[in-house]
Amino acid sequence: MATLKTLVYLIVYPGLLFLFIYSTFIEWYDRKLYARFQNRMGPTHTGKAGLLQPIADFFKLMAKEDITPERADQGLFSALPAFGLAIVSTAMLLLPVWNYSLDKPSFTSFNGDLIVLLYLLSLPTFIFFLAGWSSTNLFSTVGAARVLTMLFGYEVPLFLSVLSPAILAGSWRLAEIAAFYRARPLLILVNLLAFLIALICVQAKLERTPFDIPHAETEIVGGTFTEYSGKKLALFRLMLDVEMVVAAGLLATVFLGGFPTNPWLGLVSFILKTMFVIFFLSLIRATTSRIRVDQVVAFSWKYLAPLAVLQLLIVILVKGFIS
Amino acid sequence: MKFQIPIGPQHPALKEPIGLRVVVEGEIIRDADLRLGYNHRGLEKLAEQKTWIQNIYLTERICGICSHSHTTCYVQGVEKLMELQVPKRGLYIRTLVSELERVHSHLLWLGVAGHEAGFDSFFMYTWRDREIVMDILEIISGNRVHYGINTIGGVRRDLDELQVKKILDSLDILRKRSEYYQNLGTTEPSFVARLAGVGYLSKEDAIALCAVGPTLRASGVPRDVRKDDPYAVYDELPFEVCTADTCDVLGRTVVRIKELFQSYNMIEYILKNLPEGPIAVRAPRRAKPNEVVSRYEAPRGENIHYIKSNGTEKPERLKVRAPTLGNYAATIKMLKNGFIADVPLIFAAIDPCICCAERAVALVDARTGQEKVVPMLALKQLSQKISGLNARKREVEWPL
Repeated sequence: MATLKTLVYLIVYPGLLFLFIYSTFIEWYDRKLYARFQNRMGPTHTGKAGLLQPIADFFKLMAKEDITPERADQGLFSALPAFGLAIVSTAMLLLPVWNYSLDKPSFTSFNGDLIVLLYLLSLPTFIFFLAGWSSTNLFSTVGAARVLTMLFGYEVPLFLSVLSPAILAGSWRLAEIAAFYRARPLLILVNLLAFLIALICVQAKLERTPFDIPHAETEIVGGTFTEYSGKKLALFRLMLDVEMVVAAGLLATVFLGGFPTNPWLGLVSFILKTMFVIFFLSLIRATTSRIRVDQVVAFSWKYLAPLAVLQLLIVILVKGFIS
Repeated sequence: MKFQIPIGPQHPALKEPIGLRVVVEGEIIRDADLRLGYNHRGLEKLAEQKTWIQNIYLTERICGICSHSHTTCYVQGVEKLMELQVPKRGLYIRTLVSELERVHSHLLWLGVAGHEAGFDSFFMYTWRDREIVMDILEIISGNRVHYGINTIGGVRRDLDELQVKKILDSLDILRKRSEYYQNLGTTEPSFVARLAGVGYLSKEDAIALCAVGPTLRASGVPRDVRKDDPYAVYDELPFEVCTADTCDVLGRTVVRIKELFQSYNMIEYILKNLPEGPIAVRAPRRAKPNEVVSRYEAPRGENIHYIKSNGTEKPERLKVRAPTLGNYAATIKMLKNGFIADVPLIFAAIDPCICCAERAVALVDARTGQEKVVPMLALKQLSQKISGLNARKREVEWPL
């Protein structure tokens, strides 16, 4: 019975099936918002209000011809999309969305899972780098170099800004951090600055405008994904959607008080809070233009990192006052 | 490590085929080279086989954006050859369409600049408002792209009160929207960060490399055919030449936005001071043997047509120098020591129209990279040789 339950958790909810459906919904939501910001309609045709469009796109890509370049590292090139999807799906399991009670923690909730989640969110960046590098295309190579250069910029501010709510809550466990802020909602305001920094860094991690530098189409064609097509590209796109859900879930957990322990209430609040975060991600995407890779690094180290340190200072002072 | 990146002839940043080879070291461009000739259409040769009137429609199809620029330039030259006096009202309507064309071209360019910089919202908004100008052009001429309004000796369609009123109403919306874009395009931090200081072209270089149009004016040189050598009714219109002294892509953006407002003023003046009278005079079928150079300030810069007549009803020679050609040399200069990320922006900033500018084909041996000049006869013999071989190989007999 326990095995069956675990299997249901892994495959149906909140595992792969739920993730697939929810991440395609999030892609639709993002596309629709982006389109409305630009005075366009966005997807309208497939399903009600175009809701099925991302799923249709996914299956269309799955059916397309899949080409591996002759000079590419065959094994690595083909394995990377599956690896990437596996990594971000695993990261999803660490989010305290379902079946969470602090007294009887499940095996995916432990002290320090925040660090593991951040690690799992760093890996996709390396997957993109390897994908670009192993396809040996000129544009992919430039894209891969840009992926790593950008990582150097946004990763440290992201870690610092996610750590500050953890320090205030006095725990490295996601479920405990969330419970701490649910009990004291006013303290959420202390981390407002960190939330903004984390939003910008997540935008960079997801490679969306203004940080869509590694696959800037007007400069380097498809960038890291230039040589990818068919099934592999479909998996990469799904991976990016899932990563967006996980990253939004992480921000909702540490900054917005997480999700109630009741499974149904937890699901509803997960959906509402991730949509709230993704609204801001779409807003940033619609209102900025792509900046250069050197500007990303300069911006991160000149503004984001010092501000994140300032936030840490504020958090430490507030913690002193409370106790 | 240095390596060469091919941008074009097929690339998402280019809407038309042109080969741009950049040698990069990391993200920095060390050398750049342009390869032309992917879009040669043999247009000048074709013009020699058509009559003066037919050629208006041919020159209109040189370009889809500045279609009116090419016809006006051509028609002006032919009118000079035929010694025609165009009526004032005709010239006013012709100028009105030129300025509307400038507005639509600059709005289009703003959108393209936004798109190249990854600012797609800007692109969507400017192109939405460009529809207003397109509608005005449709009101005047019945067409959105190839207006077909010019004829030798004047214009083909007149304006009535209702049309004038409609255009003036739309103009108010355009003015408001352009103010918004001026504000957005010059203050949005991430957009300005991409434009400022990019593609530097000093005043001396701009003059030495014969840059034209907004590219030249953004380097602080107030050169504009409309002011320097006024054609049509530009000597009667109130306007000033817009310049910028930042010498970069931001300057080129600012110049274009400023020109939008100048154009709105001119359009308003033309509509309010439209003289009465006929719109065209009758043109003869033949032009006396002579030659003429016609200059015109297209939205992209100075457009030059050289026309030679030999007393028949067809031109002996028509030579088109499109503004893009004048800006190529400056582009190479601007690209050097820039970032790869800036290539689309710098290239788009001259507002390139490749099919306007293609006048030659270079034959390059794919194996050795050698260029050679091949006469038409040799090409013919080569094709006969190859097709002859094919026929023998196939051994197919025509059944009839």
